[in-house]
Amino acid sequence: MTTAHDAPESQGFRLSQLIYDTRYRSLTIQVVVFFIVMAFVGWLVDNTIQNLSALGKDFNFSFLSQRAGYDIGNAIIPYNNDMTHGRALLVGLINTLWISFLGCVAATILGIFVGVLRLSKNWLVGRLMTVYVEVFRNIPLLLWILVAIALLTEAAPSPNAYKINPTTGEASASMLFDSIAFTNRYTAIPSIHFDRSLGSLDTALAPISLNFLAIVLVLIASIWVNKRVLASAAKIQEATGVRPTTWWKSALILIVPMLALLIALGFNPDEPVLQGFNFKNGTNVSNSFVPLWLGLTLYTAAFIAEIVRAGILAISKGQTEAAYALGLRPNRTMNLVILPQALRVIIPPLISQYLNLTKNSSLAIAVGYLELRGTLGGITLNQTGRELEAISLMMLIYLAISLSISGAMNVYNNRVKLKER
Amino acid sequence: MSDTHAQSVAYVRDTMLDPKPAPASQSGAIQWLRENLFSGWLNTLLTILGILAIYGFFSHFYAWFLHGVWNANSLAECRQIITTEYGDGATGACWGVIRDRWHQFIFGFYPPELYWRPILTFLLLFAAVGPVLFQWVPRKLIWFTPIYPFLAVWLLWGGSIWGPVLVALGFVLAFVVFNYVARFGTIGGFAAGAIVAILFWLFGVSPLAGVLHAIIPLGIEPVESAKFGGFLLAITLGAGGIAMSLPLGVILALGRQSDMFLIRTFSVIFIEFIRGVPLITLLFVASLLLNYFLPPGTNFDIILRVMILVTMFAAAYIAEVIRGGLAALPRGQYEAADALGLDYWKAQRLIILPQALKISIPGIVSTFIGMFKDTTLVAFVGLFDPLKGIPDFIRADFAWKGIYWEPFIFVGAIFFILNFAMSRYSMYLENRLKRDHR
Repeated sequence: MTTAHDAPESQGFRLSQLIYDTRYRSLTIQVVVFFIVMAFVGWLVDNTIQNLSALGKDFNFSFLSQRAGYDIGNAIIPYNNDMTHGRALLVGLINTLWISFLGCVAATILGIFVGVLRLSKNWLVGRLMTVYVEVFRNIPLLLWILVAIALLTEAAPSPNAYKINPTTGEASASMLFDSIAFTNRYTAIPSIHFDRSLGSLDTALAPISLNFLAIVLVLIASIWVNKRVLASAAKIQEATGVRPTTWWKSALILIVPMLALLIALGFNPDEPVLQGFNFKNGTNVSNSFVPLWLGLTLYTAAFIAEIVRAGILAISKGQTEAAYALGLRPNRTMNLVILPQALRVIIPPLISQYLNLTKNSSLAIAVGYLELRGTLGGITLNQTGRELEAISLMMLIYLAISLSISGAMNVYNNRVKLKER
Repeated sequence: MSDTHAQSVAYVRDTMLDPKPAPASQSGAIQWLRENLFSGWLNTLLTILGILAIYGFFSHFYAWFLHGVWNANSLAECRQIITTEYGDGATGACWGVIRDRWHQFIFGFYPPELYWRPILTFLLLFAAVGPVLFQWVPRKLIWFTPIYPFLAVWLLWGGSIWGPVLVALGFVLAFVVFNYVARFGTIGGFAAGAIVAILFWLFGVSPLAGVLHAIIPLGIEPVESAKFGGFLLAITLGAGGIAMSLPLGVILALGRQSDMFLIRTFSVIFIEFIRGVPLITLLFVASLLLNYFLPPGTNFDIILRVMILVTMFAAAYIAEVIRGGLAALPRGQYEAADALGLDYWKAQRLIILPQALKISIPGIVSTFIGMFKDTTLVAFVGLFDPLKGIPDFIRADFAWKGIYWEPFIFVGAIFFILNFAMSRYSMYLENRLKRDHR
């Protein structure tokens, strides 16, 4: 009964198959789109070349090795105006990364705090946090940065106000915790001082403080040893069923070497002290940095709070109940059952908030803090008149930062992803 | 037993007692207070801290708000009134700046005698979006929605009516050609429609508009883009960007999900590039670089340039949101569409996109809110946005030098109201479209 049909006669390839045959059609479409896109790009490039030649400009990056000639107030690595535009770019990039890092840390702490409080059973606090989140999410970030800078420059006292008036014996302004002073020109905060400093290692890029290096090394070493202790405890537990107490060992390993190092280096915070008309000893953080940091932190924290809240709410109540049924205490339930699942929900949007914060740091334009946009896309651009090079380079650097952060996110996501069939 | 009972017991209650109210501490306001504010020491501590925070806030700003002065024409006059009324050292809000300059916050430098045009445009916006957003609006109004963008452009910028009419005609032409060619294939229809429309816009619109204007001169006074400012600018940019970025975002999302390698690659490159850079750099591209990329001698409107870049920016984000929606649809939906024999575009239009867009609503709305907030960044390319451009301009006047908080509060409040309304609408829509019965 079953007869194999003869294969349809091969008719050879006809041109109409390019459109009507689904096997070839997608190829046709792709080729056509490719040519359209290439033609469009070619048109743009051609226009650019024509425009550049009309203006007598060329496209090269040699301006990066020319003398910059402008000062950067908040340089973290050594910089002066005799250095090149390339160096200024680097200073700006480091400033971008620095403010983004500090912003992310502060926003995460504040965001978790607000997100958890918004879920609290306390009616008043829950409402207050809702108001905070809604107000900050629905009003542009620029407003918060402008408010912060207006607060500092208009409402904060001058450094003079911290002087003790000889007749009344009181100053008209007082420092926060006796160590932080907001003034209308800068914010004075304590700096870290080492009595017996190890000095610093000079590299081409920037001097690296040996004190800092030593602290990091000791920290890494003690964390590693602590991990080993915990691993061996787990081994004993697997073998015998009894877990040896390790908390005192951990505490010893983590705290004692660090304390010893800090004492050996003669670590002490240097409180700002008013001398003459200005604060000395401490670090004076410029009033372009603080408002930007404050604005970014408060704004992003509102978003992070919502992410944290959603993450915790996403874990069904059954999970908590199951953990209680197994006899886990609330504390362990949180650590072993809720958090690992909630983090899976929380981390991806959290990272994208970090990305947003990094990109939003370009709003430094509103406060005059010189980060990447301020140096490369601001003063360097205006001085050299190379818009095309400066802006494309700036976009590429931002793109590289974003792609590396989202790359890291993907690696993490793959690690915590539910392993499905 | 029961009959002896009456003798053995002195008294038997034969009716139920009325239920007593719960003890005072277990009911009403007191119970509510105990449960919500004072259960446990931590909760009590939080309540006290919360009350302290509220008290601190209001005790600081109460007097300032209460002493507000509306009738003043300069900051100095304001301060003088406050000092004479409330004594030395009293502080107060000077709302006089809002009364004096509200038209600049709202309309920028738009000619005052023409304010009816932006107001009418804004009111008509509701008529245009009503049938899309709400079910109870008559369906017939939907015919007004596609006309609205052209009408709005004409009302806002003025000039001859024939320009917008002919541009709209380009769309009609494209649609007619598409309908005719689509019989032979959807993609061919798209291509033919697009080519006809583009050719018409490039070579047909300006000569035809000239001719028509010569025959029937219908027009209103033109207003140049430099006169736009304040919320007029923010809403124009925001609404224009939203309207244009949604279709572009859908196309990009479909491109990113496509099986065709090149289409997918181009979409991914575009989306990731736009999402990877701050909006400010894109605005600089609009203001500084776009002139390099276009043929020598082209110099078009800065608002249009900014709107193009803002649209691209929002479209990339919306594409990612919709991609999430597409990915969240069960595979069965795609397979069912295939099994019904629908082609790609029919399947997308009838089965996939309605569901994917529904899932994506919260994300799309929050992208819109973000975009509306980001329109304030145009201050940095020299436009007069309501947050920085206009207040800076007002402060440049000697009378209002040094006024900060009142403009912040006024502009912030308007932004809050608009964005909050948008987010509430998205919640309403989510509820309305919810089809699962949980």
